[in-house]
Amino acid sequence: MTTNVMQDRYVLIENVNMTFQTKKGSFQALKDINLNIREGEFISIIGHSGCGKSTVLNLIAGLLQPSEGYLFCAGREISKPGPERAVVFQNHSLLPWLTCFENVYLAVERVFSDNEGPAQLAERTRAALELVGLSHAIEKRPNEISGGMKQRVGIARALAMEPKVLLLDEPFGALDALTRAGLQDELMAIMARSGCTAVMVTHDVDEAVLLSDRIVMMTNGPAATIGEILEVDLPRPRKRLELVEDPAYTHLRSEVLKFLYERHAKKAA
Amino acid sequence: MSVVSFSKEKVMQTSVETVKAAPAQPVVAVVTPLSTTATAAAPLLQKRGAWAATAKRGFEWLLPPVTGLLIFAAIWATVSALTQGLPGPVKTWQSAVELFSDPFYINNPNDMGIGWNILNSLKRVATGFGLAAIVGIPMGFVIGRYTFMSRMAAPIISLLKPVSPLAWLPIGLLVFKAANPAAIWVIFITAVWPMIINTAVGVSKVPQDYMNVAKVLNLSEWKVVTKILLPYVMPYMMTGVRLSIGAAWLVIVAAEMLTGGLGIGFWVWDEWNNLNVEHIIIAIFIVGIVGLLLEQLLVLVAKRYSYE
Repeated sequence: MTTNVMQDRYVLIENVNMTFQTKKGSFQALKDINLNIREGEFISIIGHSGCGKSTVLNLIAGLLQPSEGYLFCAGREISKPGPERAVVFQNHSLLPWLTCFENVYLAVERVFSDNEGPAQLAERTRAALELVGLSHAIEKRPNEISGGMKQRVGIARALAMEPKVLLLDEPFGALDALTRAGLQDELMAIMARSGCTAVMVTHDVDEAVLLSDRIVMMTNGPAATIGEILEVDLPRPRKRLELVEDPAYTHLRSEVLKFLYERHAKKAA
Repeated sequence: MSVVSFSKEKVMQTSVETVKAAPAQPVVAVVTPLSTTATAAAPLLQKRGAWAATAKRGFEWLLPPVTGLLIFAAIWATVSALTQGLPGPVKTWQSAVELFSDPFYINNPNDMGIGWNILNSLKRVATGFGLAAIVGIPMGFVIGRYTFMSRMAAPIISLLKPVSPLAWLPIGLLVFKAANPAAIWVIFITAVWPMIINTAVGVSKVPQDYMNVAKVLNLSEWKVVTKILLPYVMPYMMTGVRLSIGAAWLVIVAAEMLTGGLGIGFWVWDEWNNLNVEHIIIAIFIVGIVGLLLEQLLVLVAKRYSYE
């Protein structure tokens, strides 16, 4: 292997431990997390609720600092949030008093206003909203549009920053199954075009297999760690309907299910 | 998809045309007068029904408050008939008509119309309240945003908030050496606490999600304040403003009784010295009505600035 080390270890998580100080004492959420993410790779993190998958994402985002260990992105240590690591939040987190345009513009302005004028910034904003198919709802406020559309705006806001890494925290978790499928297909197409690296937290096995190059499966907390990593070597572009009949897909799916429900089953709460 | 929407548009257009064309053919109506009267009567009946429904709703809406006021007036009239000196509703009303027939007369600086007294009190309240907003709202922001500041301010606020604002009047007289600024000072103290506290509560309640967005987008402190904090806190701030103006208007009567000068509070005291009890009762109504109007005005402003 003589590929560029930077490309091979684009996002690097080294011996990360995460302990939270709570009122009941300290709580170790993550233990010995080690992960290399290649440039352009799509990674899913899957596990039962409470296993700290969102914590891993927040660490990469820079919203949290690890108790021990280090995180790097493109060779630089992650010490705080930055525009090269955009986040799509689970509950979309759009500002309700701003229109879709203004919500995206806020992000665009912060990243590009040093070199570009307002007209160019507005153009970028419109382009991002067009990319997610929302040109018609540009002047609407978040409470005037559907949940799926809100999540599209969230994705547009993240993509408009032209991030190197896109971090998705259960992005479609709050949506109905049909809307979710549609958005998954769109996300796949967008990622294929932009070629950006992505880390997605999910609890949806089909979503993980469909979208990912690798699936990181986490053990149950406390002191959760990476249990297994599954390579998803299905050829791209992937078609949802064709995959349903594909034995390779079925096998991968059952691998994830066996991990979650046999080897690391969670006791019913 | 586009084909479908196009044809739909066309259908709508034709239907509009037919509607437009209808009045251009009155001949039909002349030929069959019977049917026109029948069709004309139906909407009229409907209209009458709608009017009756509106009247009924208006009556239901109006009846309880009017009954309440009538009961109040009856009790008032009974009490005034049983006791000596307390004027009844009729006498008070006559006196009020006389008083408001010339609200803006000026005999001398100590004898001016009721309108001037009200305006003067409103001016004091507005000044004290405005100063309180200028100081209180930014202070609320700082206290809500930084834990250190909140902990620092907590003992001072908890200690001073329960104190009657009138207790600050001597301090005002001592520092400003004049009655009018001292009264404004009392209003300031009254109005400043609700503004600080409500703004701070609003800021501290900004959802972590929004703050995470601010962090991920790496927004400047200015953008955080103008795009996230201010819009979120606005409803809380307006609650503070409403509470303050209510309290300020409550306190102004007492403050002016103590400081004297032109104003509704001192006017009450003056009329007590003249034993003009009707005027005292009228003043009570004036204070109530003005307070109500102030509150309603701010409710309207609050609605205007709410993002929901």
